[in-house]
Amino acid sequence: MAEAPLLAVESLSVAMGVTPVLEDVSFRIAPGETLGLVGESGCGKSVTALSIMRLLPNPPGRIIGGRILFDGTDMLSLDIGALRAIRGDRIGMIFQEPMTSLNPVYTIGDQIGESLIFHRGMNGRTARSETAKLLDLVGIPAARNQLDRYPHELSGGQRQRVMIAIALACRPRLLIADEPTTALDVTVQAQILDLIGRLRHELGMAVLLITHDLGVVAEFCDRVAVMYAGRIVEEAPAAQLFKQPRHRYTEALLHTMPAANPPGRKLPSISGTVPAPADRGEGCIFAPRCGFAIPRCANELPPLTEPPHRLRCWNPA
Amino acid sequence: MTTAAPAAATTILPPRRLIARTLGAPGAVAGSIILAVLVFGAIFAPLLSPFDPNATRVCPRLAAPSFTHFFGCDLFGRDIFSRILYGARLSLAVGLLTVAISLVAGTIFGMVIAFLGGRVDRIGVRLLDVMLGFPAIVLAILIVAVLGVGAFNAALAVGISGIPRIARVIRSATLTLVGREFVESARAVGASQTRILRRHLLPNLLPIVIVLGSLDLGGAILSTATLSFLGLGAQPPTSEWGAMLSAGREFMRYAPWTMIFPGLALFLAVMSVNLVGDRLSHVLDPRASGHG
Ligand SMILES: Nc1ncnc2c1ncn2[C@@H]1O[C@H](COP(=O)(O)OP(=O)(O)O)[C@@H](O)[C@H]1O
Ligand SMILES: [Mg+2]
Repeated sequence: MAEAPLLAVESLSVAMGVTPVLEDVSFRIAPGETLGLVGESGCGKSVTALSIMRLLPNPPGRIIGGRILFDGTDMLSLDIGALRAIRGDRIGMIFQEPMTSLNPVYTIGDQIGESLIFHRGMNGRTARSETAKLLDLVGIPAARNQLDRYPHELSGGQRQRVMIAIALACRPRLLIADEPTTALDVTVQAQILDLIGRLRHELGMAVLLITHDLGVVAEFCDRVAVMYAGRIVEEAPAAQLFKQPRHRYTEALLHTMPAANPPGRKLPSISGTVPAPADRGEGCIFAPRCGFAIPRCANELPPLTEPPHRLRCWNPA
Repeated sequence: MTTAAPAAATTILPPRRLIARTLGAPGAVAGSIILAVLVFGAIFAPLLSPFDPNATRVCPRLAAPSFTHFFGCDLFGRDIFSRILYGARLSLAVGLLTVAISLVAGTIFGMVIAFLGGRVDRIGVRLLDVMLGFPAIVLAILIVAVLGVGAFNAALAVGISGIPRIARVIRSATLTLVGREFVESARAVGASQTRILRRHLLPNLLPIVIVLGSLDLGGAILSTATLSFLGLGAQPPTSEWGAMLSAGREFMRYAPWTMIFPGLALFLAVMSVNLVGDRLSHVLDPRASGHG
């Protein structure tokens, strides 16, 4: 990568209590770039996102190693005041649950305006007109009339639009979207992704898109990192990853995509389950579920190779 | 209802709708009327009282009720009706003060320990458990013993003895809120701890606080009257219902009005407050929304 990265996560390790949940996670995002972070539920995607924001619930969460550099600043050495100044201003975040991510007692106008008031020092009036513009931006019609509505008066899709407006209020350089469409209807999912895609270009921001759905990343991301049981196992430009997956886990994931299977047939799934952090052996964590495992896989952890196509496998495709 | 009630969210009702729904039950209407009469009597006591409540010998000692002295007279020849009116002032004011003390301190305590969690929460809960180990009135008597007798100290004592009950309910309500995503979202936009407590948690707790307050007011009036009855609260010659009841004890046989009227006033005040409080809690309770 020639350009200086906007976000560099280097050898990040995180434990929940005594169990390690992230081990040696590294990736970079260039300014304006979109990275997809994919993996089965429970593999550590949300923990990664929360670590970047330093929002990991502690206890039990603890960052036990590595570095997180955002725009050259070491996030792990910042004091709480400096962190708050970055959260919501230079890094925006949206969550999976638009139904409960909004405070039920405030109007959506109040909630979008909140960060403008404390990050930008705006007064209520200016914040309100800026808020109306933001609602326009995220495609809520008749924005000015919607400012005084309460979250329970909106549909799930509209609420996620409001969440996006909140995350983008201060025009962040990085948007972290943790499964932003998982809780929504399929048709609404596409609209929300389109919206994020459009805004990314308009605002020139980088996006870390977290999802368990490879279909989503395919059309949306520049690069994709695949995570398995707390480790990155493969990372490549999106087109290449889909054309030529090399890790057996990525391959298996691609086979479970609806688009890869004839309609009407039951989707195949990867047999077995992700081992609990305590049951992880010495070798490759995917080895017990892998159809191509060789003896070495069980005993020795494969190293992650260098970009552009990073891979952690002894017997790749 | 045109909109579905938000799942597990606090019910938000504009004040006018809230009043309308609260008055939607006959018990609450009766309670409100009695309470309104008492409040009216308390506010306008100086205008409504036919006599100075503390003036002695305005009538013969222990005189029976008559057209000039509606509720009769006490041992010192004071007009009981006037004293009941002034007593309403004191009882309602002391009741409100008491509840305010319990609510403010209990809410802050419960909210903060739940929010900070960990060791602070464990120690806080232990403290609450110790306080809850005493019956509230015993705790109040202990506190008066430390502070000294008097109407204000009685209010303070009953108020403090009510803190642990409020704090415990608020703590568990806060625990369910801090796990909710909107608190996480507030952190994600850079809100500080105090801002999250003030702007995000407190408003969501307010309906519960109102319910707890309205349910506690009746008990607070009764407890402060009890302290006065025991001689630990308002002191003579203050006209206070509990103290009047206590003074009337000796003459119960041949001048029952010295006890009947203060007792009745106390009964009506507590009952009306509880009727309204029960209904209010039903209307504000999110689980009960959709009914009534
Ligand atoms: N608050 C928590 N307390 C304990 N364990 C947690 C907590 N949050 C996440 N974990 C554990 O961390 C691992 C990764 O979780 P997560 O990052 O949420 O997965 P996902 O990829 O589905 O977002 C899981 O094993 C999960 O059980
Ligand atoms: Mg997750």
